[in-house]
Amino acid sequence: MRGRPGLVTAYQRDMAIFPTNTQRVWFAAFALVMALLTFVLSDDLALRGASAAAAAVGAIGLNLVTGWAGQISLGHAFFLGIGAYTAAALGGETGGPLIGLGLEMWIWLPAAGLVAAVAGIVVAPIATRLRGLYLAFVTLGLVFIGEHIFREWDSLTGGIGVGRSAPKPILFGYDLSREGSFLGFTLSAEQQYLLFALVVLLVMGFLAKNLVRGRVGRAFSAIRDRDVAAEIMGINLARHKLIAFAISSFYAGIAGALLWTFVGFIEPRSFSLTLSIVYIAMILIGGAASIMGSIMGAVFITFLPRIVDLLSGYVPFIEDSPTGGFLTVSQVEQILFGLLIVVFLIVEPLGLYGIWIRIRNYWKAWPFSY
Amino acid sequence: MTDRLLTVTDIRLAFAGVVALDDVGFEVNQGELFAIIGPNGAGKTSIFNCLNGVYHPQQGSITFAGHDILGMRAHRIAELGMARTFQNIELFENLTVLDNILLGRHLSFSYGPFSAAIYRGRAKREEIENRARAEDIIDFLEIQAFRKSLVGMLPYGVQKRVELGRALAMDPKLLLLDEPVAGMNLEETEDIARFILDIKEELGIAMILVEHDMGLVMDIADRVMVLDFGRKIAEGVPSVVQQDPEVIRAYLGEEFKSEELHSAEVEAAEATGGAS
Ligand SMILES: Nc1ncnc2c1ncn2[C@@H]1O[C@H](COP(=O)(O)OP(=O)(O)OP(=O)(O)O)[C@@H](O)[C@H]1O
Ligand SMILES: [Mg+2]
Repeated sequence: MRGRPGLVTAYQRDMAIFPTNTQRVWFAAFALVMALLTFVLSDDLALRGASAAAAAVGAIGLNLVTGWAGQISLGHAFFLGIGAYTAAALGGETGGPLIGLGLEMWIWLPAAGLVAAVAGIVVAPIATRLRGLYLAFVTLGLVFIGEHIFREWDSLTGGIGVGRSAPKPILFGYDLSREGSFLGFTLSAEQQYLLFALVVLLVMGFLAKNLVRGRVGRAFSAIRDRDVAAEIMGINLARHKLIAFAISSFYAGIAGALLWTFVGFIEPRSFSLTLSIVYIAMILIGGAASIMGSIMGAVFITFLPRIVDLLSGYVPFIEDSPTGGFLTVSQVEQILFGLLIVVFLIVEPLGLYGIWIRIRNYWKAWPFSY
Repeated sequence: MTDRLLTVTDIRLAFAGVVALDDVGFEVNQGELFAIIGPNGAGKTSIFNCLNGVYHPQQGSITFAGHDILGMRAHRIAELGMARTFQNIELFENLTVLDNILLGRHLSFSYGPFSAAIYRGRAKREEIENRARAEDIIDFLEIQAFRKSLVGMLPYGVQKRVELGRALAMDPKLLLLDEPVAGMNLEETEDIARFILDIKEELGIAMILVEHDMGLVMDIADRVMVLDFGRKIAEGVPSVVQQDPEVIRAYLGEEFKSEELHSAEVEAAEATGGAS
């Protein structure tokens, strides 16, 4: 049936991720631009982009459990850590002083997710007993337990101040950390990281989108909005909180493994409360209960230091060097960070994604934008 | 005997000091429209909470569709076919009307998180089938215009309908309606009354109706139970219950009491006024 453009005549079409052709074309164009950018970005920007993409996977994970299922978790750093160390143990060099099995990335990357997911499943029953702030406190405890384990388990982590090197990103014999060529282009390690991270994000993003647009995501939202009514609809609260924590931790595990692989080195003190808060900031600033929002938040937070750096060139009282000047770059960064969380919480609870939707709707209705 | 759907025997529910339900028992048959009335705080909502597993009575027994459901978790009772609307609307307010109604159909889906993530085959098929069923309900309740609206933004009367739709979406054997027309004008009340009668006649779903609107109850209920201070004081067909002296006392007593109270206050005020 032909009708006016945008008229939807089948449920299947109405329920699609991109219901209109325009949206499909835009997404494809965007993906293409991102892929092409990979070939031209400087190493520094490519590495940051790769980190942003990996962080976005972690942010989607946190958004699933907190934004959708409404279970506030301060324990995300713990699951990121489990992912990073699982990867390091499985993919690390054999024969050294530290645990290392020398396996390839196609094993250690999913395994990092799975081990973190198992940890999530172990933690989930707490969420069926505690709510809100109490749950937040207990998950905070997880971070402390994790920090303790990572500090003490020398043969895995190398211990404080020593640390260990990240696993080698070798995929079917191809080492991403070595300069290579692709379709006749020479690609640096950083550019290859970015390309790989984008592919992982694309896959994980679509899987998450599918999850949340169907039965399971609806049940998560129902539990977040009204858990008693949800249970009366037949939703098994314990089961769905378990699913939420398991999947969220799986995403965190993958993100942790990738992030520290890109950095090349794992310091046991990295997985602190601050890291958890950074992820909460990503989903608050990006947009709770939104996949695009998670990605926007992760990109924004990851590039924030670069933005402040740029500003320091123009704003007189921000100083690049650690001494002298009114404020250092890292101080500005922290202030901005706190300020942004507060501003978004109060002014734009839907986050960057909400702003984007409003801009889009404005132009959709243009010139009748009122 | 065979068409008995729900049997409640002598349930007793107490909260630290307050006895909300005191040995209450009743039965509901297949396809029946059973009403529960009583003054504020009589324990009507508490009965619903006991039936669908939000509260667990300390004594008594509840048998629903052949199962002993006392102490059962709420989601298990839902699986047996009990649905409900709430006195104070309890919709998922950040979701659309459509998603709320689809949540009513949660148990009609069988795919799990893995097929969900892939979203092919069974997951897709079930989503489309249930979408079609949800649309039937949206048509039935005449809320097509609000399909994609967030329920939190909708007027009260529409929210009440959506909540009815969400409960209907469960394809229940028994539907509990807690004051479905509270706060509605005459026209809205008539619409809801029509929906309730359609549900009974066309869908054959048994219902328990809690309602303060006496006219509505007397018009549409098959049988009525009257509660007062957590105790059952009468039960029967509406015309008989209406004439029951104890029921009249429970209802009118309230008015007498408040009138007495009022005149006593006036007298007291006059007395103090005169003394000064
Ligand atoms: N969770 C609770 N904790 C303590 N007391 C409660 C609780 N729920 C109900 N009650 C008490 O039980 C009694 C019955 O309350 P219920 O809500 O069942 O009355 P109701 O008949 O539905 O009244 P209304 O017509 O006002 O809705 C009241 O005295 C109420 O205070
Ligand atoms: Mg009540």
